[in-house]
Amino acid sequence: MLTFTLRRLGLFLFTMMVLTLLSFSLSFLFPGDTVINHSGQINATATDLAKLNEAYQMDKNIFRQYTAYLQHIITGDFGQSMSSQSPISNAIIELLPATIELSLVALLIAMLVGIPLGFISAINHNKTSDNAILSFAMIGYSIPVFWLGLLAILLFSIGLGWLPSSGKISLLFEIEFVTGIQFIDILLSDSPYKWQAFNNASAHIILPACVIALAPATIFIRLSRAAMIEVLATSYIRAARAKGLSFQQIIFRHAIRNALIQIIRHVGLQFANLVTLAMVTEVIFSWPGIGRWLIESISQRDYTAIQSGLLALSCFIFIVHILTDFIYAALNPLARGNSHGS
Amino acid sequence: MAVSMMNFKFIPFLTVTALISLIMGCNEGNILSLSERSIIYCSEGSPETFNPQLSTSGTTSDASAKQLYNSLIVYKGSKNTLAPSLASSWHVTRDGKKITFYLRQDVNFHQTGYFTPTRKLNADDVLFSFNRILDKDHAFHHISGGQYSFFQSVKFSELVEKIEKINDFTIRFILKRNDSSFLANLATDYAVILSEEYGQQLTIEDKQHEIDILPIGTGPFKLQDYRVGSLIRFYRHDEYWQEKAKIEQLVYDISPSKSNRLTKLLAKECDVSSYPIAHSTIAERSDLKLESITSLNVGYFGFNTKKAPFDNKLVRQAISLAINKKALIDTIYQGQAARAKSILPETSWAYDRNTPELGYNPVRAKSLLEVAGYAQGFTMDIWAMPVQRAYNPSAVTMAKLIQADLKKIGVKVKIVTYEWSTFLRRLSMGEHQSFLLGWTADHPDPDNFFTPMLSCTSREKGSNRTFWCNKEYDELLKKALKTTNMSKRKSYYAQAMTIINEEMPLLAIAHSKRFQARGTDVKGDILENFGGISFYDVYKNNEVSSTNEITAPNKKEKVVD
Repeated sequence: MLTFTLRRLGLFLFTMMVLTLLSFSLSFLFPGDTVINHSGQINATATDLAKLNEAYQMDKNIFRQYTAYLQHIITGDFGQSMSSQSPISNAIIELLPATIELSLVALLIAMLVGIPLGFISAINHNKTSDNAILSFAMIGYSIPVFWLGLLAILLFSIGLGWLPSSGKISLLFEIEFVTGIQFIDILLSDSPYKWQAFNNASAHIILPACVIALAPATIFIRLSRAAMIEVLATSYIRAARAKGLSFQQIIFRHAIRNALIQIIRHVGLQFANLVTLAMVTEVIFSWPGIGRWLIESISQRDYTAIQSGLLALSCFIFIVHILTDFIYAALNPLARGNSHGS
Repeated sequence: MAVSMMNFKFIPFLTVTALISLIMGCNEGNILSLSERSIIYCSEGSPETFNPQLSTSGTTSDASAKQLYNSLIVYKGSKNTLAPSLASSWHVTRDGKKITFYLRQDVNFHQTGYFTPTRKLNADDVLFSFNRILDKDHAFHHISGGQYSFFQSVKFSELVEKIEKINDFTIRFILKRNDSSFLANLATDYAVILSEEYGQQLTIEDKQHEIDILPIGTGPFKLQDYRVGSLIRFYRHDEYWQEKAKIEQLVYDISPSKSNRLTKLLAKECDVSSYPIAHSTIAERSDLKLESITSLNVGYFGFNTKKAPFDNKLVRQAISLAINKKALIDTIYQGQAARAKSILPETSWAYDRNTPELGYNPVRAKSLLEVAGYAQGFTMDIWAMPVQRAYNPSAVTMAKLIQADLKKIGVKVKIVTYEWSTFLRRLSMGEHQSFLLGWTADHPDPDNFFTPMLSCTSREKGSNRTFWCNKEYDELLKKALKTTNMSKRKSYYAQAMTIINEEMPLLAIAHSKRFQARGTDVKGDILENFGGISFYDVYKNNEVSSTNEITAPNKKEKVVD
């Protein structure tokens, strides 16, 4: 397990270096002055500019410039937003948790719906229910998320009036910012309207989370179906059947666990996909997350925000990736011995 | 093995059950109450300041004036007569140059996280508020830019000689000349009273600029939180000098996108929405209500009375008679404007219902042209403004409709348009023959329509682009300003309107309306007569929503306006 951890840590550091190198080079590629792109201080005076050049070591060679940039990043100084002139790190701290929250809920929904459906489909291999589930998966996967989002708003918010269409909580509730994860903040707050707020926040998250969850859920259906079919064909299942175990015993005791291990490996990969979907969905549902902020920054040509936002987001996705690797390794001792990174 | 399998199976299941039970089960007694006691208003933009003295932008005064502040006097009732507010009474000397206000003694300022008042409102606060505008050496005059657009536009500092504090609750304005629009100016949303004590505190803390960002006033609500581009949160001012507001919390959900506001309204995420689109959709829903109020503006078709053939009043009358106003209003404003009889909107107190209106009569128009010696018709140009305004959403289309109307009486029309600033510059040089333009009043005093649009003095400096000058008309305006007797003023203005309709320097076409949509459970007036909004009287009544179905059939009639 130690070598496994070290290996993953090494991979993390290396990837982070590549990522920072990329965001560093973006400053050169974007139009405008490099040091202004780094810092986002568009209204800098001559003295400010001299200070910035000094801080980012712009007069030194490119390697020194990169280390100076890295130092800024490591100390949490991502520069300031060109459009609002407020520190980007603040925006990230404020907005990233909302995206994490939305993505996690969506992931949970996708897994809770997708995996059981996939199993059912595999157990009824080549029967009507299997075909029905597979067609549903195909349709679900083909629907563009922005269209689905608008449709969901039209039906559930405007038509039926069941669920709200924008934001993460009604503006009436004042929830103090502690972690940024709304549900935790609500539970921590001492507002007399705590439970109202909780209900309200739950109602707000259902639509966007379901919209995001649809595509990953269909992938989980197919993954778990394939994994289950594979497991059901293994010799130990046949052995168990030969021993006279009932069908339920075989499925619940042996097949599910072994199939799940295969799926967990893919959760990390799916998460990256899911965050991309979340970025689009955030715009449609006015969800105050980092995706919406990034897309707004792009339309406002806020280069500093774009590069730092991308860095933070990709860093987060990578961390999730590594975490799922760890979970996989913890559940499956065979994976720990893998000499190559999976 | 068995235990771990149990985990796999039941953890998600347990989470879901726990979630569902949380969502369903926790119906405490006060569940509905927070939203019942609050109003969410979907507003169209972020205010740049919370001090209406500084800005004439509607967004700013909507978010500040009637919510956070009071003025000395206000307009009240359907007739829009002046009524006491912070001043319990006032007295004007016979020459109209000294106006004394007697202040209420029980007025509390807001107590907020950033300021705790130790005294009630007194003459110092009034002095502070007005000296900030008038006195260029005042410590707060240049804070937030030093531009007091409304007061500069009415030349307030040229009018007021000085302000005297007689005693703690009596204050006297001394004017350089008699001007009956003075009281009207004090009753506008812009003439609010700030706290002098708060100003002092900020001076000590050296944070003077906060006076307009973290406002302290006497109004029915106090500011709790403001996030630019996102929300404004107001709490009720519990120590309000009148009966306190019925709702406890007022939230402005800042939603600049029109379709976004509509979605939120339909999804019940806001109770009230400003400037709604899709009026017919809203009107169809039994749970929503569309309201409108005629704004103080006018869109008009003006003639350059210095240029032939419009130096002849018969020609002006003929052209006016040939224009089908109703068709213009239906097409250009999509029926969302009131037809203008004269330059003054019906919502003004000085509006006289008996004002004659030149109707649509192409036959008479033709005969008038013959009398004027243009039996064969002539060619003219219409200058159409290039920008969209509430009083004229599409001037070029309007010009085309007029072109078609005038063709019927043999007048050929060339439509001219320039880029906005060029348009205004060339217009002021009088290069045009006729033009489509409009006027939005800064305050409800009728003089704000008559003088700037058509008086002789505003030919050179003002915005009288008809270059029409009528001594009799000007005399009436002067008389009307000299008296404070409302019915006398009204009759002077009625006479002035008769002159306009006879002389026809311009043809008033429409007064556009301000629209607002709300859920039917929201009660109380929000739209003010002069286009502003106030949430003081608003409350929610959910009981009524259950009887909605019964009253639904009637609703349709009410919705159509």
